[in-house]
Amino acid sequence: MATETHSATGNGMADVMGVDGHDMATSSTGMPQLDFSTWANQIFWLLVALIVIYLVLSRVALPRIAAVLAERQGTISNDIARAEDLKRQASEAEAAYEQALKDARAEAQAISQNTRDEIKTQVTKATQEADARIAEKTAEAESAVAAIRASAMENVEAVAKDTAEALVAALGGSADTAVISDAVDNRMKG
Amino acid sequence: MEGQLAHIGAGIAGLGTGIAALGVGNVAASFLSGALRNPSAAAAQTATLFIGIAFAEALGIFSFLIALLLMFAV
Amino acid sequence: MATEANGAETGGLVFHPMDQFIVRPLFGDGPVGMFTLTNATLWLALTVLAVIAIMVLGTSRRAIIPSRSQSVGELAYGFVYKMVEDVTGKDGVKYFPYIMSLFMFVVLANFLGLIPMSFATTSHFAVTVVLALAVFLAVTILGFVNNGVSFLGMFWVTSAPLALRPVLAIIELISYFVRPVSHSIRLAGNIMAGHAVIKVFAGFAALAVVSPISILAITAMYGLEVLVAFIQAYVFTILTCVYLKDALSPHH
Repeated sequence: MATETHSATGNGMADVMGVDGHDMATSSTGMPQLDFSTWANQIFWLLVALIVIYLVLSRVALPRIAAVLAERQGTISNDIARAEDLKRQASEAEAAYEQALKDARAEAQAISQNTRDEIKTQVTKATQEADARIAEKTAEAESAVAAIRASAMENVEAVAKDTAEALVAALGGSADTAVISDAVDNRMKG
Repeated sequence: MEGQLAHIGAGIAGLGTGIAALGVGNVAASFLSGALRNPSAAAAQTATLFIGIAFAEALGIFSFLIALLLMFAV
Repeated sequence: MATEANGAETGGLVFHPMDQFIVRPLFGDGPVGMFTLTNATLWLALTVLAVIAIMVLGTSRRAIIPSRSQSVGELAYGFVYKMVEDVTGKDGVKYFPYIMSLFMFVVLANFLGLIPMSFATTSHFAVTVVLALAVFLAVTILGFVNNGVSFLGMFWVTSAPLALRPVLAIIELISYFVRPVSHSIRLAGNIMAGHAVIKVFAGFAALAVVSPISILAITAMYGLEVLVAFIQAYVFTILTCVYLKDALSPHH
């Protein structure tokens, strides 16, 4: 980097630095960092600056930011808690709705079941009544048929005895009525 | 003559910064190869990475400083 | 680097990369005394004002939903707080305001130093040595206050074989005392190097042929320096935290 055109032995470091001699007259070295005459000044002002920064930060800024962050954290957790609460309420409402729906469904089922049962009992009753009436009618009819049959049998017996008497008379015999009716009875039984 | 020797010395000292660059590259390369093997653990180690880079870099800065001292303070 | 400004020149290039670091009185031309207002004083004061602007004025509205300026302060707070908590553990949190002050000063001084024509206060060893020595002394005193004589156990590596321990103790002792040196030189050296390199590239811009390349290089270096300004402040702070952790619990 250095293109020294002439040796800078006589003029000292200020010359080597390429700085005007009087400007760097106070410096003992070529690097400004190693110019110890400015150190006291820099250190003094640095300490002032650091103390100011420390006081400002520790007294004002950091407590404030910490408070804001804590407040924000609190707000966030509050909001989350409230959201949780709302969510819980919503799920409760949903559960209640489900319950109501279930109840309603059960009730409807019960009502329809009841109705069905009622109808069934009515039907059963009606059927039984009808059966009873039918049985009654059947019995009546059967007894009527039996009566008719009995009377018909009687008629047939009488006719048969009459006929038998008439036949016996016609054949020239005289027949005892009792004998004839016994014979007819025997025959009809046979 | 003496000043020119100092400049040569400064040049040699300046090599140190390049060698420190190798060190920094080595740190970064090792970190990267480790991080790619286990990316989940990489984020926790970035502080260590920077500390390692800073230590390697500091030695390069030392040689840069020696170069400067040879240039200006000798 | 030291092309003569006056006298016969052949190259025509003038490099004064270190002139930007000269401490000059703001008023007059006299010597720099202890209380003289210098350009360093001015930029230290501006750093303080920047800290106040970000951390106090920016957060003055105390909004639950932060404005843009407020989130900057809160981000810085959260960043440093997390760093302190992660590195030093719960014990170190009570030293958070000190570390925060240190970080805000270093990072803003670095950034302000990047403004063209400004003065980079953190490029001066006078500044960084004081910072590093303050950290070193505070950490050493804290170590002895918190742990008593057992703080010296940090240098006596019990996990090593007995024969090696004295050697290791010497090495540990040296590395302990080198800490403030590397701590300060790292910061000042990085900032100084970046500024000097930019200045050297700027010197090349005097040649019309290379000036586009030079300006491109300055832009690239400037971007790198913005990164370096932050990273060095981060590193300075995190190393402070690491040293603090050693003082709080030396047996790690």
